[in-house]
Amino acid sequence: MTAIATRPETEQRGGTTPPARRRDSERLFNRVALGTLIALALLWLVPLAWALATSVRPAQEVVTNPTGWFTAHPTLDAYGEIFDAGKLPYWYANSFITSILTTVLTVIMASLAAFALSQTRFRLRRAAFVMLLAGIMIPGQVLMIPQFLALQSAGLLNTYWGVVLPQVPNVVAVFVFKQFFDGIPRELIDAARADGAGWLRTYWQIVMPISRPAVSAVTIFVFVGVWNNFLWPLLVVTDPEMMTLPVGLTSVQDVFGVPYAQLMASAVLGAIPLLAVFALFQRRIVEGIAGTGLK
Amino acid sequence: MATTTAPSSTSSRGDRWAGPGMLLPFALFYLVFLVGPLIYTVVAGFFETSLLKSGLGDFAGLTNYKEVLGDAEFWRTLRNTLWFTVLTTVPLVLLSLALAVLADRFVRGRWFFRFAFFAPFVLPSAVISLLFMFIYADQLGLAQEAVKWFGVETPPSWLGDPDWAMISIAAATVWWTIGFNFVLYLAGLQDVPREVHEAAAIDGAGPWQRIRHVVVPMLGRTTTLVTVLQIIASLKVFDQIYMMTSGGPDGSTRPSLQLIYDTGFVEGRVGYASTVSLLLFLVILFVSLVWFALVRRAEKEN
Repeated sequence: MTAIATRPETEQRGGTTPPARRRDSERLFNRVALGTLIALALLWLVPLAWALATSVRPAQEVVTNPTGWFTAHPTLDAYGEIFDAGKLPYWYANSFITSILTTVLTVIMASLAAFALSQTRFRLRRAAFVMLLAGIMIPGQVLMIPQFLALQSAGLLNTYWGVVLPQVPNVVAVFVFKQFFDGIPRELIDAARADGAGWLRTYWQIVMPISRPAVSAVTIFVFVGVWNNFLWPLLVVTDPEMMTLPVGLTSVQDVFGVPYAQLMASAVLGAIPLLAVFALFQRRIVEGIAGTGLK
Repeated sequence: MATTTAPSSTSSRGDRWAGPGMLLPFALFYLVFLVGPLIYTVVAGFFETSLLKSGLGDFAGLTNYKEVLGDAEFWRTLRNTLWFTVLTTVPLVLLSLALAVLADRFVRGRWFFRFAFFAPFVLPSAVISLLFMFIYADQLGLAQEAVKWFGVETPPSWLGDPDWAMISIAAATVWWTIGFNFVLYLAGLQDVPREVHEAAAIDGAGPWQRIRHVVVPMLGRTTTLVTVLQIIASLKVFDQIYMMTSGGPDGSTRPSLQLIYDTGFVEGRVGYASTVSLLLFLVILFVSLVWFALVRRAEKEN
């Protein structure tokens, strides 16, 4: 608890000689605030901690005492059983492949479109922009039937492309890029153009290299979004070897019935990759949300 | 948008097509997967389209609309959806605001709060559902155990009681997604100038008064954004309900999106499901337009 310091400003305010009573009330308020926050944060961590604790308990113990926290005989049996029974390695691989494919396609196409809207001038540019803007208001889930029919007639059910393609037109990604490109100094682009670089080359060699914040924000969001998507892969994938992790995990339940150690082990295995991404890119993720407000 | 002058006088023929050409790949995807399906949904609502037969099927005029609007199940799922939206939006706005305002006071512990509140947000809904099905399980779940500590002798069946099921799912959703709003508020707080804070302190305002009269009012725009994004997201609820209760018990948690899923994909009644889709779309569109109107007005006032 001592590791948590108040904002320096709060302390320095003492420099303007405030009455001692106010400084006391300030300190009391900070203490109450910190206590409340820590209590809530711990409460927030309970489900995660419990899942982890349950997953390493022997199945027998979970049956006799389901709400216990600790075990004298920690075991990784539940994890082993999950790996043997399910198709977990497939699901991990499928989730990685579909998430990466979608992310790469989205980053390229959305940034190209945003570059065209931000830096080039052509007729109907405004109209195209307004039309894209309208797309933000179309909730994708509502369009699942026609999207499904289109992919079915194209023979793309149970394929990676079936999972990937409908997730590529991400209008918010275009806006993130456009907002970033709008802030690039005009002179930089003009100089490149004056040197004889074509638009495509200006985009690829001048603009994209300095747009890493926008690229990483979009990358993380698209990746996490595709990785976690449930409804869409549930519709287009029925083959257990083609399932993504979220869809596959729900089928674990049917395999095991109620054994909670296995369920918690699969929950932990489903959580690990994203918690790792989160731990690595915490700052970027938070900045990405803060800058764009996408959900 | 500021109008900038044309890049240079060297606009050759290739130049004129550069913009549209670079826009084209995205525009194609946009047309094929968003605009096309939207048009199809509007059209299919006027036909007896079935998943089992190809083509649109017989023209039905307004039959689907009449049927949907007269269907008690449609209204019930809409009511369930709105109930879920209320149950989640209120705490997800107010609690995340409170947490962010408090956390903003502490610099060095912030990574811990950010981790505790935000980490659940990146988890797949499948993980959340598995976890909370265990927490809410009868006899052996943590939630029943917890209320027993507080002296409740016969805790409710959290997911099995129609009166409690939606509340339980909403509580899990609040736990899962609050970090997103929390972070939006933390970002909004960065824009509150320190001087304003300090001036209020010098004027003798205590911490609580400063929060109420200075900080919260300055977060007005963030609050509008958070509220509307939350309402739109909640109206589209599907995953966690489908996995935790599949709409039960007795349909008490079945949301509109599940009605679309069930009638469209399970029963194969595409025309009917399209009509429901369009009506849900109109509800969401209405919320979005109100948002844009509010933002417009707020911007004019500034």
